[in-house]
Formats: sequence, structure tokens, C-alpha cells
Amino acid sequence: MRTFRHLLRLLGCAALLFTWVSAAHALRPEVVDKLARGESDEKIAAINGLVSDADATAIPLLQALHDSEVQIAGSSILIVRGDKASDAVSGQPVAPLPDAREDVIVNNRVRREIESAIASLKLVSPVRDVRLAAAKSLEANADEDMLPLIARALTKESDAEIKGVLTLIRASLQLKNKDAAIRLAAAKALAESTNPTTKTLLLGLLERNASGAYLEPDEGLRAEAQLSLRAVETRLAWGERLGQLFSGISLGSILLLAALGLAITYGLMGVINMAHGELIMIGAYTTYVVQNLFRSHAPDLFNWYLLAAVPCSFMVAALVGMALERGVVRFLYGRPLETLLATWGISLFLIQTMRTLFGAQNVQVENPVWMSGGVQILSNVVLPYNRIVIIFFAMAVLLLVWLLLNRTRLGLYVRGVTQNRAMASCVGVPTARVDTRAFGLGSGIAGLAGCALSQIGNVGPDLGQSYIVDSFMVVVLGGVGQLAGTVYAALGLGVVNKVLEGWAGAVIAKIAVLVFIIIFIQKRPQGLFALKGRFADN
Amino acid sequence: MITPRQPLFSARAWSALALAVAVIAVVMPLLNLVAPKDSMFAVSDYTVALAGKIMCYAIVALAMDLIWGYTGILSLGHGLFFALGGYCFGMYLMRQIGHDGVYNSDLPDFMVFLDWKEYPWYWNFTGHFWYAMLLAVLIPGLLAFIFGFFAFRSRIKGVYFSIITQALTFAFMLLFFRNDTGFGGNNGFTDFKRIAGIAIATPQMRMTLFVLSGLTLIGALLLARYLVTSKMGRVLTAIRDAESRVMFSGYDPLWYKLFVWTLSAVLCGIAGALYVPQVGIINPSEMSPANSIEIAIWVAVGGRGTLIGAILGAFLVNGAKSWFTVAFPEYWLFFLGATFIAVTLFLPQGVVGLVARLRGKKS
Repeated sequence: MRTFRHLLRLLGCAALLFTWVSAAHALRPEVVDKLARGESDEKIAAINGLVSDADATAIPLLQALHDSEVQIAGSSILIVRGDKASDAVSGQPVAPLPDAREDVIVNNRVRREIESAIASLKLVSPVRDVRLAAAKSLEANADEDMLPLIARALTKESDAEIKGVLTLIRASLQLKNKDAAIRLAAAKALAESTNPTTKTLLLGLLERNASGAYLEPDEGLRAEAQLSLRAVETRLAWGERLGQLFSGISLGSILLLAALGLAITYGLMGVINMAHGELIMIGAYTTYVVQNLFRSHAPDLFNWYLLAAVPCSFMVAALVGMALERGVVRFLYGRPLETLLATWGISLFLIQTMRTLFGAQNVQVENPVWMSGGVQILSNVVLPYNRIVIIFFAMAVLLLVWLLLNRTRLGLYVRGVTQNRAMASCVGVPTARVDTRAFGLGSGIAGLAGCALSQIGNVGPDLGQSYIVDSFMVVVLGGVGQLAGTVYAALGLGVVNKVLEGWAGAVIAKIAVLVFIIIFIQKRPQGLFALKGRFADN
Repeated sequence: MITPRQPLFSARAWSALALAVAVIAVVMPLLNLVAPKDSMFAVSDYTVALAGKIMCYAIVALAMDLIWGYTGILSLGHGLFFALGGYCFGMYLMRQIGHDGVYNSDLPDFMVFLDWKEYPWYWNFTGHFWYAMLLAVLIPGLLAFIFGFFAFRSRIKGVYFSIITQALTFAFMLLFFRNDTGFGGNNGFTDFKRIAGIAIATPQMRMTLFVLSGLTLIGALLLARYLVTSKMGRVLTAIRDAESRVMFSGYDPLWYKLFVWTLSAVLCGIAGALYVPQVGIINPSEMSPANSIEIAIWVAVGGRGTLIGAILGAFLVNGAKSWFTVAFPEYWLFFLGATFIAVTLFLPQGVVGLVARLRGKKS
């Protein structure tokens, strides 16, 4: 298993290596000769010699030897890769290939030696990135044989970051040293670590055996280990907290996107739209279709397909929403329970339509290149770009909705109709048309949510079902008729959910949040932010 | 002014009821168990199983009608009470498997799988039939009582109430999906072997369950009818139509609502307990919000506010479902969705209302 991992890492570094194959070859011919022609023991001796010389130029040859690319042709020794060959000693290309060549056989014992030799030699490579990668790869699996090598690398190292990594590796190896003073120094040095495995190492020092006596006899050392442990734990805890906060805000932004449309249709217009989740789903599928169109018609622009998908998903969802309002919802105004049932029927209809059109399986929506990957903030915190983009996207949508509702004529009409339908109608507001447009707006925002969701989750016919309960919870918690309430509720729920998740597991967290909302509604049926004023019910 | 109490049923309805009892308790068993399999009168086991299942649904529909049709409270949590009743009785059925599970252990297979050594405390005594039945009534009832007390006390109504009952159902579904909850995770309970020592797969046992479901349905109908024709029923209807006025007339709607809500949950629990041995499985998907909404559509199709309509609706929708899912599985959701829309838009009184309207036109 370990050698396997080792191999993987080596393969990863191979690319880097090939870039400096042409580096100066200053290998002594007799060493190369031993490596190629010698018996296994001689080979190993030569390899060890190279390692103790800390000769980084030997890496390409060792790698070639490991990959069975070294051949003997008469008196010269060649590295043959494909149909190109170069001299192992001078590094000069050799053409044409001599006919009589003989493979150099390397057995597994030698191969293992080569692997660890390459790993060690990389630590003294002249290229900084190679050294850093090598040091990082040692973090997980260094053993005590490497101590002298690490020590030597440390004396030569000038880069602060690599030095830090190596110091920690050395310290974690030295924890097993027989000399108590060295162990003490090591325990002290480990306090600087940001690596989660350090915690287990330090905890090992504080363990007791079955009879209750400490495994580590030195009390001073134990105290030092305790201090370091606390330092490491605090650092890790901060990272964890930061990660939780980020995923909480990320979840909050998704909830906000999902609930924002509902805040308009339910919050402002009072229409219970159970098909809201399906409008999200339609937005996601529109993104999928746009992606496919770009892939087949404009592959060069594929990375920018989202720019087209955003308005498309808004338009498609808005059109579907307006059709729903005209066709069904309109006839049920003032009968919320019937609206609930009818829109549920619509949602079933839409789900089955998508199943018929695109199949019951999830479809694949790809992140554009600029949205994949992430930025590493701490050793245990990576913020994925797609989530960062969605957070900003949610903020942009929120801003637009706010502007639309507060700075445009349509917004004025919508607010007017919300507050007093009869009066608005009397002063000439075309209430029916405002209803349709407002419903279209809410649905379009659901489409935008779908477009965003397609970038981080599965897109399938059931996509909307998983968001409908959540988005209603957000709107209900935030208070009906208020955008601000929706924002606070979405972010609050997102963060609380993620914090609880780190604490009690995803399902329990979700249940706890639902129960919390149910209890909260009992206390404040009007939500966090209620419209001020007196409303008689019915 | 005190209006005289409405009679429970008209004479014609009484005779129809007697006929129904006769069909359920005498005719069906004869046709299924005694009549030769190939005769034209024989009723297949499939039909018995289907009818038995739908009768359990009809009890749920009655319960839903009491709370929605008569009191105006749309619950999206009745699937939860139904499933809870099923789980309570399911614990008994799991214990009845005894050593015949895959692992030949004292514990149900899923507990062996989780490496549990003993039953969790809430499984205590569930090996006793009557205790399990009691649980099937008590647990849904208690949950409904507590939830309803707080919800009605804060005067949560209308859509708000529907949404938080949905959230409750959803939360319970997530809870039951967990393996650690101790109810079998997503597989739930299945592979039942016997009830009270008698093999569950025998035709006699099936018939017994069928007759029990049928009689329970008729009992529930009588109870519901008694309730809605009583003074209490009038208060409930008044709450549906104008709750504020009821309050101003000196009634406290809380206790009326709470009573009918709890009763409704208990009926669902009983139906669930009857349902599980007949279909042989209970899992958390029974608690999915979609199932609870479907219950509402049974009632809406048949006709809200009429008890017979609820039963009729359960039979119509579920009959259609079992036909569709065999004949055109991919169109079932289209049909169901269209039913939701059509009934709310064009048939607010359901089939019963339609029949009444047609009759009215004729005369």
C-alpha cells in the first residue's frame, strides 16, 4: 500500500522531472557503469553512494532505471525513451540508435532502493518546487532512515517554507529518538505544525498503557507535548471553524438563491408554489442544454457557456412560471390550500416531463475550467472556486432583485398590489398583469438558482424536491413579505446547519434545524421580520 | 335555539352499510377461500391484497377528511402518522421473525448487520401483540397531541400549518433513514414471517387482515359520522368557515382542533398498523412529503366534507394508480399531476359534488 502511494507520487513528479532532463550531467562514469552492469548489491551500493553525495543530477538516470528505460549498447550506457536515446553519462543525444542493445534488469529490491533514493535526492534538487513537493510527500510517510538525509537537506535549505516542512518532519521522526533531550526539542518544534497527523503523533506521547502508567516516562516531555498539542489543536480548530463558516455561507447562498424567488411568489404575492423546486430544476436543465449546445456548436467558447446559461435559465423558468400563473394559479387566488395542491400537481407534471425528455438519470453538467479547483487557505481548509462564485452570484441576484423591487415601476406596482390590491387597482395599476410579471420574476430567479445549483450538485428530475422544504423554511423563518428576512434566514440557517453538522452529523443537524424552525414558528408565527401593522386574518 | 340531532344515517345508508359489512366479512372470504380458483366468482389473492391495502388508505382518507374537509386544516403530515403506526406494529412483526432471519439471530437482521448486541430500549415489550397495537395508537396520537397543542395554541393555521407539518414529516423521514435510529434505515422492516405465531403468507391470514381492515374502515366511518353530526362537528365546521367568529362566540377552538387532529392521527396509526402486515414492508419513504400530499388528493377527488367522498376518492385514485403503474408506468405521474390540477380547478366538490350537481340538473 505504501509503495503504491509512493509510486503514485513519483508518477506525479515525473512530469516535473522530464522538464529538467537536460540539466547538466556530471555523473561519474564508473558510478553509472556500476548502476548498469553491476550486481544488485553493487547497484544498491552505487545508489546509496549517490544519495550520500546528495547529487540531484542523478535523478533522471535513477528514474530511467526505475522505469526500465536504461539499456547497454557496447561500451556506452543509454537512456532510451521511445525511439530517442541519450547517453547516461554525458546526457548527449545518441542517434542513430545502436542495433545491439541489452536491457538493464532491475529487481524489486533495487527498485525500492531507487524509489527512496529519488525521493531523498529530490530534497536537494536545485528546483525549489521539486524540493517542496518532495518535502510535502515526505510529510505523510517519512521513516527514520531518512533522518540523516533530512538533516543534510535542512542545512542546505534556504527556502523558509521548505525549511518549515522539513523541520516538522524531522521533529516528528525524532519523537521516537532514544535521547530525551532530542525528543523534548522535537515535541517543542511540533507546536508549529498545521498538519492534522501531528495531533495523533503528540497524542501518542500522552498515552497510557493498560495499567495506567504513561508510555512516555519523561514528565517534562509530556508537559511540552501537551503544550504543543494544544497549540496544534487551536490552529486546526481555527481552520475547521473557518471551513465550517465558509461552507455555512456557501449553503446559505444556495438557500438564498432557492428561497429568493419564493420570497417573491409566496412572500409578496401570497401564492404557495409547490412547483418552485421544479422551476429550479428547469433552470438547471436549461444550463445543461446550453452547455451541450456550446459543446457541439462552439467548443472554443465552452469555458464561457455559463454567461449564456444564466440569462437562458432565467428566461425559460420565467416563461414557464408565467404560463403557470396564467393557466392555473390565477384561478386560485385567495384559496391558498387549493393553490398548494394544484401547484403540487404541476410539479409532478414537470418532473415527469423532464424524465421523459432527458431520462430518469442525472445529467452531467461540467464546471468551466475557471470554476474548478480551489484556493487553499490553511492546511485543512480549501475553498472551492465554484462555491465562491456562487456566493458572489447570490449577492448579485439579491442586489438586482432589491433594485427591481425598490427602484423600478414594476417593483412599485408589486409592492402596491401586495399592500392593498383593491386600492392599487383603483389607481390604475393593472393588477392582473403585475401578478403575472411578479410570478415570472420569482420563477426566473428560481431558474437562476437552478443554474447555480447545476455547478455544484447533481442535476436530475428530482432536484427540486430536495429544495422545496428548505426554501419554504427559509421564507417562513424570515418572515413573509420581506427580502431582508429571507437573507438573514438563509445565511443563518446555512451557517447553523453546517456548524451543527460538524458537531453531530449531517442528518441530525438537518433534523435539529427543522425542529428548531417548527418551535420557532410557534413562538413567532410571523417570522423573524414581520411587516409592521395590523392585519385582520381571513 | 337547539336544533335536533341529525340522524346518524338515513335508512338507505344503513342498509348500504350492512351490505358492505356482509360483502367484506362473508362474501369476500367465501369467494376467495372457498370458491374454486377457476370459477367465474373466484376472487384472486391479488384482488384481496389490493382491496385490503386500499381500505387502509381509505381509513387515512377519512382521517384526512375530518381534519381538512370538516375543520379546514390541511395536514401534510398524515403520511407520518400512518408510517409511525406501521413502524410500531412492524416492531412486533420483526420480533415474530424470531430465529428465521438470514443470520439466525435473536435480533432482526439489520441489527446484526450493525453489530448491535441487544434491542434498544424503545424496542422493549414490543414482542407483545397488544402492546405493539397500543403503541401504534399511542405514538401517533401523542406526537399529534404535542405538536398540535403548540401549533394550535400559537394559532398557526392555513398554509403555515401545512408547511410546518410537512417539515415535521420531512424531519422524521430523515431520522428514520438513519441506520442508528434503530428502525432498519432505508430498508425499513420487511421479510415478516408470522403474526401471533401464524404464518403471514397463508390465505387465511390474508383474509383475516382483509376483514379486519374492512371492519375497521366501517368502524371509522361510523365514528367519523357520529362526530360530524354531533354538536362538536358543527363547531368544527364553524371553525373551518370562520374561526374568528367561533372564538368571539365563546368557544376555544384550540381544544376542538386538538381533539379532531389527535383523533385523525390515531386513525392513521391504526391504518398503518393494518397496512404493514398486508404489504409486508414499511420503510421511511412512506414518510416522504409526496405521500402525505397524495392523501389530500384522495380526499379532494372524492369530495371534501363528505365522508363517503373520502373513501370513494381513496378507492378511485389508488385503483387508478395500481392500474396505471402496471399498464403505463411512465404516465402515472402525468395523470396524478393532472388530477391535482383538474380537481382543484374544476371539481372543488370532488366526484360526490359532481354527482350531486348532475342529479340537481336532471330534476
